[in-house]
Amino acid sequence: MATDVSAYTKPLPPITKLNAPFWEGTKQGELRLQTCNECGHQWYPPSTHCPNCLSRDYAWKAVSGRGKVWSWVVFHQRYFKAFEDELPYNVTLVELEEGVMMMSTLRGIDDADVRCDLPVRVEFEDATDEQSVPYFVPA
Amino acid sequence: MAEINIRDKTAIVGIGNTNFGAMYRDLDKERTSYELAADALRAAIDDSGIDKNDIDGLLCVRTPSYARMADVVGLHHLRLVNQLEGSGRMAGVALQYAVMAIVTGQAETVAIVYGNNGRSVGDRYGGVFSPDSPAAWDAMYGMTSPGAAVAHMWRRYMHLYGASEESLAAAAINNRANGAKNPNAVFQKPITKEEYLQARYIAEPLRLFDYCIINDGGVATIVTTAEKAKTLNQPPVYIGATYSATDLTNYYTTHDFFYGAMQDIAGRIFKTADVTPSEVDFAQLYDNFTPTQFFALEGYGFCERGTAHKWAQGGRIALDGELPVNTSGGHTAESYMQGHALTIEAVRQLRGQAGERQVKNAKVGFYTCPAPICNAHILHI
Repeated sequence: MATDVSAYTKPLPPITKLNAPFWEGTKQGELRLQTCNECGHQWYPPSTHCPNCLSRDYAWKAVSGRGKVWSWVVFHQRYFKAFEDELPYNVTLVELEEGVMMMSTLRGIDDADVRCDLPVRVEFEDATDEQSVPYFVPA
Repeated sequence: MAEINIRDKTAIVGIGNTNFGAMYRDLDKERTSYELAADALRAAIDDSGIDKNDIDGLLCVRTPSYARMADVVGLHHLRLVNQLEGSGRMAGVALQYAVMAIVTGQAETVAIVYGNNGRSVGDRYGGVFSPDSPAAWDAMYGMTSPGAAVAHMWRRYMHLYGASEESLAAAAINNRANGAKNPNAVFQKPITKEEYLQARYIAEPLRLFDYCIINDGGVATIVTTAEKAKTLNQPPVYIGATYSATDLTNYYTTHDFFYGAMQDIAGRIFKTADVTPSEVDFAQLYDNFTPTQFFALEGYGFCERGTAHKWAQGGRIALDGELPVNTSGGHTAESYMQGHALTIEAVRQLRGQAGERQVKNAKVGFYTCPAPICNAHILHI
């Protein structure tokens, strides 16, 4: 869907050598996680080492993008000017099928209808030409 | 490896603090954390009757520079000095380090000084992040603040254990009731359940009265050997045990609400101090946000896992209840001194100096901070 990417004002992590494959994945509709080539461990957000075996040898692998709502909160307090127009908005902590926790937001459902353990799947919102933001919808 | 026995080898001999209520209504942009810590240290020295030059250890919390802090209070020749970040978990960590240093002979008398000018300088505990930190991956969704992380855990807790939102009112109301008996508290007006429920959400399901205060103040605690303690002004308050255990992630939230880390401490602290949870006369439970009171009650076995939301109802945690909690009003009524004021309140209670809010026959006090570094100490007279 075409969006006016210049209008995106929310904070975005800057693209770095470390995280570039993650953002490339988002432009292709893939949620990619660093996956350790030595022990298979996966983690998020991006980091230089496998936190399990401390290897730097990892690959970026597309994951299912499915998970469940571990918990969610609804922000009523304004902390970020860029989110002022969205108040109240939900911030959802998703437990991915792979066991990795991912902070995100849930769309396509009223906040009042969200439940812990609700099955969800990832979608992406175009933010800039290089970055799309993963969010989740009920599966 | 054999553990060195720390039980009753050290004691808190001096406590000091600024007037939290008066300063809340008197903002001053020039006020520094150093001067607040220095005011508190002066009060703690006077309280203990110790010679300032007997202090050979200085642990500075939240003040940006230990060198500046030492210079401000004229402690130039120390055997132990450092600074700890301005997070709540560090109150217990600082006491743990003081005990470790004294028991091993690295220092004889350690002052823990804390200064917080957060209200005057506009600290908000949210909305600020470094673009190259993991917090940037939270900010992308408008996620920020430890309060929202605790709100995530409280929501999950409600789901797992069938707790209601309004069950949390018991903690907020109890804090305010105790604050009403504390002439030094920022908020000295009790609240009703209706007022609690009508207050606005901050990060839903947490409401205004679940959130700690942001206020200016200073706290100091002087710790020394049990032998030296007997020569000073005040009845020594012995440190029966102190421990830490962590559950560190990049997002504060833990799957078990710090239960595992607290159980690790519980398995050691009661044994070392030679007391049982039922022998604890009051508990100071670090509450940056009120759900941590419930997490702590369960983590140390004061009640069964998953039941604190019911157990804490009906006056059980009131000053005249089975386990008085946060006797000075805690972080939502007395002051947000990030744990330091809770420990000196425990000292006052054990000395019998808590005035209108004195717990009868208080002999054993408990402190904990449920946070990514959980820590606890047991104090007794």
